[in-house]
Amino acid sequence: MARDSEATLESMNRALTGVKPVSARRQLVNVGDRVFYLVARSLALLVIVLAFLLVADLFRGASESIRQFGLKFLIGTTWDPVAHQFSTLPTVIGTLVKGFIALLLAVPVSIGSAIFITFYTPRWLRPVISYPIELLAGIPSIIFGMWALFAMVPVVRVVQIWLKAHFGWFFLFDGPAVYGVGVLSGSLILFIMITPIITAISKEILLTVPRAQIEGMLALGSTKWEAIWKVALPYARIGLFGAVILGLGRALGETMAVTMVGGNSFALIHSLFDPVHSMASQIASEFTEATYSLYVSSLIYVGLVLFGITILISLLAQFLIWRISKGKIALLD
Amino acid sequence: MTLNSRDRYRKFVEWANWTGMLFCTSVSVFFLVAILGYVLVNGASYIDWEFLTAMPVPAGETGGGIANALVGSFLVVIVASLMALPIGIGAAIFINEFPSQGFGRTVRFLAEVLTGVPSIVVGLFAYALVVIPSGGFSALSGSVAYAFIMVPIILITAHEALRLVPDSLREASLALGIPKWRTIMGVVLPVSSRALITGAVLAISRALGEAAPMLFTAFGNSFWNVNLTKPIATVPLLIYTYATGPYEDWHRKAWAASFVLLVVVLFTSVLTRAFLRGKSNE
Repeated sequence: MARDSEATLESMNRALTGVKPVSARRQLVNVGDRVFYLVARSLALLVIVLAFLLVADLFRGASESIRQFGLKFLIGTTWDPVAHQFSTLPTVIGTLVKGFIALLLAVPVSIGSAIFITFYTPRWLRPVISYPIELLAGIPSIIFGMWALFAMVPVVRVVQIWLKAHFGWFFLFDGPAVYGVGVLSGSLILFIMITPIITAISKEILLTVPRAQIEGMLALGSTKWEAIWKVALPYARIGLFGAVILGLGRALGETMAVTMVGGNSFALIHSLFDPVHSMASQIASEFTEATYSLYVSSLIYVGLVLFGITILISLLAQFLIWRISKGKIALLD
Repeated sequence: MTLNSRDRYRKFVEWANWTGMLFCTSVSVFFLVAILGYVLVNGASYIDWEFLTAMPVPAGETGGGIANALVGSFLVVIVASLMALPIGIGAAIFINEFPSQGFGRTVRFLAEVLTGVPSIVVGLFAYALVVIPSGGFSALSGSVAYAFIMVPIILITAHEALRLVPDSLREASLALGIPKWRTIMGVVLPVSSRALITGAVLAISRALGEAAPMLFTAFGNSFWNVNLTKPIATVPLLIYTYATGPYEDWHRKAWAASFVLLVVVLFTSVLTRAFLRGKSNE
C-alpha cells in the first residue's frame, strides 16, 4: 500500500515539475528548449552512428580479403605477402595462448590481492595499498613495453636459457631460448598489465558482499577465511568471473607492449620460448609496410577478427559485472 | 585453551591463506615499484632542458630533443578534445536530462562496449575513415582516433556526474520559470563541473599515452609540423620508434620521453583522484 501511494506521488511529482516527464519532447514549449533537445539528441545519435561506422568501416576495409579468402582465413597457416596468400591461424593461436597464460597468472594474484585489501586490511590502510595498484592500471602500454624490453626481457632470457639447459627435454622449454622475446615474455607483461585492472574491479565487487552475511558467519564461529570461502566468494563469483573476463579482453587487444616483447614472427608455436605475433602486434608491425591493397585488406581482416573476439568478451564481462552490481560500478579500465 | 586437531587445522588454513594473499598483494605492489622506479630513475638521468626544447637530430649525432613530438602530442590531443568533449558531454546530457526508454540506455550501453575496443582497431577505423579518403597520413586522422577513444570515457564519467546532481536543484530553477535548457546550462552543468572536468582530464590522459592508434594515422614525423593535414610526431609513437631502434642514443631518448609521459599521466591521475575525493567529502 505504502509503496503504491509513493509511486503515485512520484509520478504526480514528475508530471507537475516536468523534471523527468514521461514524454520528454512534448514538455518542451520553449524554442530554446526544442533546439537544445535536438542538439543533445543528435550528439547522442552520433555516438550510435560512430559505433556502426566502426563496424561498417572494418568490414569495408576487409572486404577484398574476405571475398578472396572467406572463412578459410581463420584456419589457414600461410601468411605470404610475396605470394599474395594470407591466413591467420598461428596469430590467433599466439594471441589466445599469451592471453590465457597471462590470465592463469593474473587470476590468483589479482583476486588474492582484492580479497586481502577488502577483508584483511584495516580500513585506513586500504587506500594506501589499492591506490598505487589502481595507478598502475592507468600507465600507458608503451611504458610497460619500454620496461619489459629493457628490464624484463634480459631476466627472462637468462631464465629461459637455464630452463632449456636443465629441462630442455620438456616440450614447453624446447625452443629458441636465447631471444628472450617470445610467448613467455609477452605473457608476463600482459600478466603485469591486467593484474591491476582485475584487482581494481574485483575489489569493487567484493565490497558489494553484504557485511551482515560475513559477520553472521564470524558470529557462528567460523574463521575469516571460512567466511570468505563459503559466503563472500559464492556471493561474488559471477562478478569476479566478469572481472577476469574483462581482463582477458584487455589482454587480447593489447598492442604496444606485446609488439615490443612478443617476438613478432608468423609461425605456429611449439614452446614457451617461440617468438610469435599476436593479432594486434601483427597489424602494428606490418601495416605501414603493406604495399598492395589485398595485404592492407588482410591486415584489416585480422583487425576485424580481433574486434569480434574482444567485443564478445567485453559484452560477456559487462553482463556478468552488471548482474552483480546492478549498474553501480562504472567500467572505465 | 587447547585446540583439538581440527581447529588447529582451521587455524593453519587461515594462516596459510592470509600469507598467500599477502604474497599476491606484494607481487602487485612489487611490479608497481619496479616499473615506476625503473622508468623514473632511468628517464630522469637523461632528461635536460635541451631534450624538451630542441628538435630531433639525425641518428648518430648527439644532442637534440623531442620538441616536435611534445607539440605534436599536445596539438593532436587538443583537436581530439574539441571533437570528443561536445559529443561525450552532449550525449550524456541527453541521456540524463531527457530520459527516454530505450534510446538513452542504448547509447550508454554502446559507450561501455566502445571502451573495450582495442586501440589498434581504433587506429584501423581512423585509417579507413580519414586516411584513405583524404589520401594520406595526417595529424587530423590521429585526432579522430584519439577522439574515438575519448568519447566513451567522457560520456560515462559525465553521465555519472549528472546523475549525482540532486533533482531539487533542477526543480528550484524550473519553478522560477527558467527554461529547461537554461537550467541545464546554468545550474546542472556548473554544479557537476568538477566531476565533468575530472572525466575530461581522465580521457585526455588516457589518449595521451596511446601509441597504437597513431601508427597509421598521425604516423610520426622527424621535422617540425603544426599543419593538421600533414603527418605529425607524437610522444608515445616516438618512444616506440626510438625504443625499438638500433641506436644506444635513441634508447636514452626513449627513456627520457617515457619519463615525461609517465610524469604527465601520473600527475593527472593523482590530481583527478584528489579532485574526486574532495568532491565526495563535501
